[in-house]
Amino acid sequence: MPFYSEKVMDHFANPRNVGEIKDADGVGEVGNPVCGDMMTFYIKVKDNVLDDVKFKTFGCGAAIAVSSMVAEMAKGKTLDEALAITNADVANELGGLPPNKMHCSNLGADALHKAVENYKSKMGISKNI
Amino acid sequence: MKQIYLDNQSNTKIDEKVLKAMMPYLTENYGNPQSIYSLGSISKDALEEARSGVAALIGANSQEIIFTSCATESNNLAIKGIAHAYADKGKHIIVSAIEHFSILNSVKRLEKEGFSVTYLPADAKGVVAEEELQKALRPDTILVSIQHANPEVGTIQNIQKLAALTKKGSEAVFHTDAVCTCGAIAVNVEDLGVDTLTLSASVMYGPKGAAALYLKKGVKIAPQIDGGVQENSKRAGTENIPAIAGFGEACKIAKAELLANAERMKFLRDKLIFELPKSIEHIYLNGVPQGKNRLPGNVNFSIEFVEGEALFLLLDAKGIMAASGSACANKNLKISHVLSAMNVDVAVGQGSILFTLSKYTTEQEIDYVLETFPGIVRRLREMSPLYAHFLKTGQRMKAGPGTDYEHDHCNITEESEE
Repeated sequence: MPFYSEKVMDHFANPRNVGEIKDADGVGEVGNPVCGDMMTFYIKVKDNVLDDVKFKTFGCGAAIAVSSMVAEMAKGKTLDEALAITNADVANELGGLPPNKMHCSNLGADALHKAVENYKSKMGISKNI
Repeated sequence: MKQIYLDNQSNTKIDEKVLKAMMPYLTENYGNPQSIYSLGSISKDALEEARSGVAALIGANSQEIIFTSCATESNNLAIKGIAHAYADKGKHIIVSAIEHFSILNSVKRLEKEGFSVTYLPADAKGVVAEEELQKALRPDTILVSIQHANPEVGTIQNIQKLAALTKKGSEAVFHTDAVCTCGAIAVNVEDLGVDTLTLSASVMYGPKGAAALYLKKGVKIAPQIDGGVQENSKRAGTENIPAIAGFGEACKIAKAELLANAERMKFLRDKLIFELPKSIEHIYLNGVPQGKNRLPGNVNFSIEFVEGEALFLLLDAKGIMAASGSACANKNLKISHVLSAMNVDVAVGQGSILFTLSKYTTEQEIDYVLETFPGIVRRLREMSPLYAHFLKTGQRMKAGPGTDYEHDHCNITEESEE
């Protein structure tokens, strides 16, 4: 059995939504203190919905696939729906990750949530709505 | 799709002549060498012929060769067997910090048994300094183990000097793990001055399942597997005759081909070492610059702003099989202990990529790597936030603990002509 699922390899080899949004409404950056991976998410918000999501990632195959999947999952979602995306959701959507790569999925959802929080704080929206 | 195998430090392709030498012992000659009827003696003859083949490769006597199942077993036997045999003389052991895990974890176990261990550092190029050994030697040192060459960064140690220093300053037994050098460069136990030495068939175009420990006459060892009288009662268990016969043949072939193979591999190695930095910026050679102190088939670069596992996965998609010492490529999520001991910056070490060549590697294959690899690096850099930050600001971002961009990298563009 290959180390990564077909879906992980597809998102890694053909990542969707790579890039930066120059005039992003929210930016979230997280680093992994264990392995040194780094992800930056950029979001564009329109009517409370994530109109565009892009990312840049420094990391392994799993980290890149997770970023691509998170961006794809988040696009078109409301802010609250995006915040509700969990690490487990991402891993499931990818058809599972090897046990020692599960921490990569945490990184992806965290970076997205940070970007949403960044947008909210810019707009003066309380975290508790 | 093309299949270009450049992970020969982990295993080599079997030589067809080796396979041919093994076949009779996998089929009609199945006797146990300990049996004295005719089928047994055929196996016994094969065992002893292989033993002289192995001995001849490293300039030893046949009686000084103990067959084992793998290099890990040889190293376990050497480290634990010597420590246990000489425990009444002292309990201090010295190893380098860049040894294989079969050495490092063996001494860890001995630490639990009450032995004390000194770990010698390696410098930025993977060299273990004589002064460090000199400082570490004590009257109660019973064993020193320093690998002949490192599989990851390719640095060849000056074992002759390190062994001589050990002998001058102590009565310690000197062991060297020579898995990377036997079959790759000329190795002679007398010249090196070592007491014990590990070598393995699986990285010299032989089969898996056969390795050896050279044990100099007169050096004591406590067996680590208890059982019958095989291997002069130093390693019990029915001998793996097919693999051992293949090992003997692999050693004979290596002895005949070694110098020519090394010259060819060095040429191809240096082509990669010289050409890759011409098409990839911010790339650093790990280990000593090309030359005789680097394994003929070893190319290890750190490529900034990208991660090694992503590199080798994309290489694999193009049919090129390589390895990496990055944290993400390691099951334990730590940067390789070798790069770590050499103080390679964590963020830069994340981009380590290791190509190890074999006698079967062709110039066409190396050219294909040179054509393919820069595009892969470019692709990953395009999605790297570290690279974007660097392009915008000219500054490097910290990535993970241990970020230290001041580290003395071996810059190939400056040291290219030797």
